[in-house]
Amino acid sequence: MRLLIGLLFSFLVAAIFGLGLTQFALTRGTAFGAITIGAWTAWPKTGTADIDPYARAAIARSGELPIGSGDGVAFFAASDDAGKPLDGRCAVTLSGTTPAARFWTVALYDLDGRLVPNAADRYGFTSQEVSRHADGTFSIVLAPRARPGNWLPTGGIDRYVVVLRLYDTPVGVATRTARDAPMPSITAGACA
Amino acid sequence: MIRWLLWLVGGLVLGGIVHLATVLLLPRTATQDAYTRLAATAPINSVVPLPAPTPDDALLPFMDPAFATAVCRYDLASGPLQLRVPVSQAYTSVSFYARSGIAYYAINDRAAGRRIIELDLMTTQQRADLPEDEEVTAADRLIVESPTRTGLILVRMFGPEPGLMPMARRALASAQCRPQT
Repeated sequence: MRLLIGLLFSFLVAAIFGLGLTQFALTRGTAFGAITIGAWTAWPKTGTADIDPYARAAIARSGELPIGSGDGVAFFAASDDAGKPLDGRCAVTLSGTTPAARFWTVALYDLDGRLVPNAADRYGFTSQEVSRHADGTFSIVLAPRARPGNWLPTGGIDRYVVVLRLYDTPVGVATRTARDAPMPSITAGACA
Repeated sequence: MIRWLLWLVGGLVLGGIVHLATVLLLPRTATQDAYTRLAATAPINSVVPLPAPTPDDALLPFMDPAFATAVCRYDLASGPLQLRVPVSQAYTSVSFYARSGIAYYAINDRAAGRRIIELDLMTTQQRADLPEDEEVTAADRLIVESPTRTGLILVRMFGPEPGLMPMARRALASAQCRPQT
């Protein structure tokens, strides 16, 4: 009897711990092969045949098709430079320069990868559309209400991710530091 | 007390095994992976344009809204596949995904270096079966080997601004993938 209870207890611990760990690893993303620059993280290896088992399981679960490494690389940011999660009710400014690339795009998604709904039907910016300062840098304001200059509506949702994708770029598996890939800063401003 | 601790440790070790097993097995059992999601919209071995992603409706998560996208869901059972993609003015890329969603190859218009990206897709076996002399005459065409018999080819054309999207979509319409004759 004691043996049976012990076994059941063990199995219960195994199931909760094992499945919990899997769930956690797949929803949070793992650190394997990640490049982190400021608040931005990219997983260039996920776009190659060398993809790690965790990323494989994660894309099988989400249905995402990662950008192939011969195409480009995607940087994700879910928080600002200070580590505060991005809030759609607040103004957030992306500013600075991007790494060398033929084109880049910025887009906002909810945590499940759907575009952020908004009345203006504007979901992102491309490197061609963005207006720049005289020194070639740019700033984009992510805010619930219209702003002068480059504005991306957040629709007031509480959590979102910014994805900056570089196309035809030398940034990739070999990139390590911000010197190779200067990413724009992310600063939180006033909340509505 | 010690006995319970031992059961607990045993449970944690077993939990670690469960964790690794589920991570490794999940790609085989996934019912919502990209290939399955696209199976309803994309017939085998033809290029089908995907609707632009919107907040309510996107076939795949994290699609880039600045691109016009088309997919060719392929099955190489009946032989190699021929892919022809005329490049658009801005930026064109073709990415190849194995059945499980692994990106095993991607090429863009600049790397292709021509007005038309033209390549042959085949399995390793089909490539090995190519006659020697044919390989020589085919030297100027690109051959891509698929690790799996089925998979996805994603053709993407960049629309640098919303006004250029119709043009990107038109360019996409002339992309084709079909069994080699």
